[in-house]
Amino acid sequence: MQPIEMSAVDLVAALRQGDITAVQCTTAFLDRIEATNGTINAFLAVDRDGALTRAADIDARRKAGKPLGALAGLPVALKDVLCTADMPTTCASKMLQGFRPPYDADVVARLRKADAVFVGKTNMDEFAMGGSNENSAFGPVRNPWDLSRAPGGSSGGSAACVAGDMAPVAIGSDTGGSIRQPAGLCGITGLKPTYGRVSRRGLIAFASSLDQIGPMARSAADCALIMETIAGHDPGDSTSLAVDVPRYTDLLDKPLAGVRIGRVPEHYAEGLDPEVAKGVDEAFAVLKAAGATVHDVQLPHAKYGIPTYYLIAPCEASSNLARYDGAHYGHRAELGQKHRAEPGQKAGGFESPLVEMYCRSRAEGFGPEVKRRIMLGTYALSAGYYDAYYAKALRVRRLIRQDYLDAFQSVDLIGGPVSATPAFKLGEKTDDPLAMYLVDLYTVGTNLAGVGGISFPCGFTKSGLPIGFQLQAPPLAEPLLLQAADRFQRLTDWHRRRPKTTGEVKA
Amino acid sequence: MTTPPQPLTAKDVAKVALLARLAVSESDLERMTGELSKIVGFVSMLGELDTSDVAPLAHPLDTQNVFRDDVPAASLSTAEALQSAPRHDGECFLVPAVLGDSGAA
Repeated sequence: MQPIEMSAVDLVAALRQGDITAVQCTTAFLDRIEATNGTINAFLAVDRDGALTRAADIDARRKAGKPLGALAGLPVALKDVLCTADMPTTCASKMLQGFRPPYDADVVARLRKADAVFVGKTNMDEFAMGGSNENSAFGPVRNPWDLSRAPGGSSGGSAACVAGDMAPVAIGSDTGGSIRQPAGLCGITGLKPTYGRVSRRGLIAFASSLDQIGPMARSAADCALIMETIAGHDPGDSTSLAVDVPRYTDLLDKPLAGVRIGRVPEHYAEGLDPEVAKGVDEAFAVLKAAGATVHDVQLPHAKYGIPTYYLIAPCEASSNLARYDGAHYGHRAELGQKHRAEPGQKAGGFESPLVEMYCRSRAEGFGPEVKRRIMLGTYALSAGYYDAYYAKALRVRRLIRQDYLDAFQSVDLIGGPVSATPAFKLGEKTDDPLAMYLVDLYTVGTNLAGVGGISFPCGFTKSGLPIGFQLQAPPLAEPLLLQAADRFQRLTDWHRRRPKTTGEVKA
Repeated sequence: MTTPPQPLTAKDVAKVALLARLAVSESDLERMTGELSKIVGFVSMLGELDTSDVAPLAHPLDTQNVFRDDVPAASLSTAEALQSAPRHDGECFLVPAVLGDSGAA
């Protein structure tokens, strides 16, 4: 088997046993990226020299018998929302074009310490706002299963690079479904951990009470391996949980006997694609055959998830993105002479040159969706509207979280679709912001409640597009999420299917 | 939110744009007014729910506050803090005039 076809678990074992060197492994993935990224556009930056230098260093240390980290030599792709001191970090925004962070994100530092090899930074919706990756300032990503379709978003580059064999593992972030939805649409496995399980330090903030980092890979076993490195308490993130990290990989191989899985009848409402519904039903049948029991549960406020999310997330974003001021880092507008005020006049209608610089820098640096969300959040937080919108959404958030806590009194997991449809065509939803917001229907509740969720392939449509299945779990029940998904993947081979298209594309 | 929200006007949107520090052209303003009105109309469905006895939930964790030990530690150096600044003089970030209309940048 070629390195680019191997799982992360197998690659780490082969590297440890000396069956392949880190340089061979890294070269194989870099060559694949070189051949296919021109079409897929999954990577915004590829660090060939840095990756090969690091791989050679790992090989030298291994040869000398020196101790190595748990992921020694494993290529990893990083969503470009994660700060890296040795690679540009743009959030797929013109605002941060060329930005070089002064420090590594906590997850990046942990992966570095584990001797992972970073191959590059992956494309995404600008500032992680979007569900199709079409909001990138640097061009959309193509879904390897059908190049005319979107990979989902916002971690679209991370999903597409794993689906396209350009990296065995990618790190994503999930604020309302941004790991699980693209994983579902690209036929890979993605875990959104419990809020606080993985440190957010150095993750460029979108909505701080919802953002969470997680692994995206070909299987639950690979996600478990990565979680052992990236999870854990970080004193640099005050919301990081001081809870021991389990040995996720040791907890996988357990039967599902007695595990109770909830099924939400409302998930099957109008709008759910019949082929997706069929795939989801078949996934429940597989889990039942593995010993789990399936029970109907209610999430009575689920239909309020999208409006609640699209108030809270933009409010937090409008505050977080206030830092892009053209002064400290990021894009700065040049105030030409024509904008300069005559004595006694306001500059360009602005109250001062400083305010004009802020307004023009932000107008030039941010794309349309980011502006829309900043505007929406600013409106919902402004005097006279705060109680009616922001505070109202926070109250409904409590109801939504309570729904989950109540449901988890009677079941151990909640299963269902990740997305209502398989991957949609590029451009299909770009003219209608509200239609794009609805793609997060089944995923935002997890973030609002702060619990964990995993998405993995459970079938394909007749036209060959992957169908995703989602499991959600109570806080810190990642071992059960991974165990159930791994059990499913021992009984099915959907996660081993590979798109045909990527083999044919050329840069 | 017991009454349906008033539709947003271009004037409202211009005010929000200034609060958000976003320069908008006349055509942007028109488009944004339409889009934001539609989105605000949609999220207003939360008004259906009686939440008078529900406390707001700003955060999913029970954690209230987190203190670290009061021990001095290294932070970014001046050079590191300035490394990505569009304009600086080696000591400070440089910005256009904060007051008035001198226009210097």
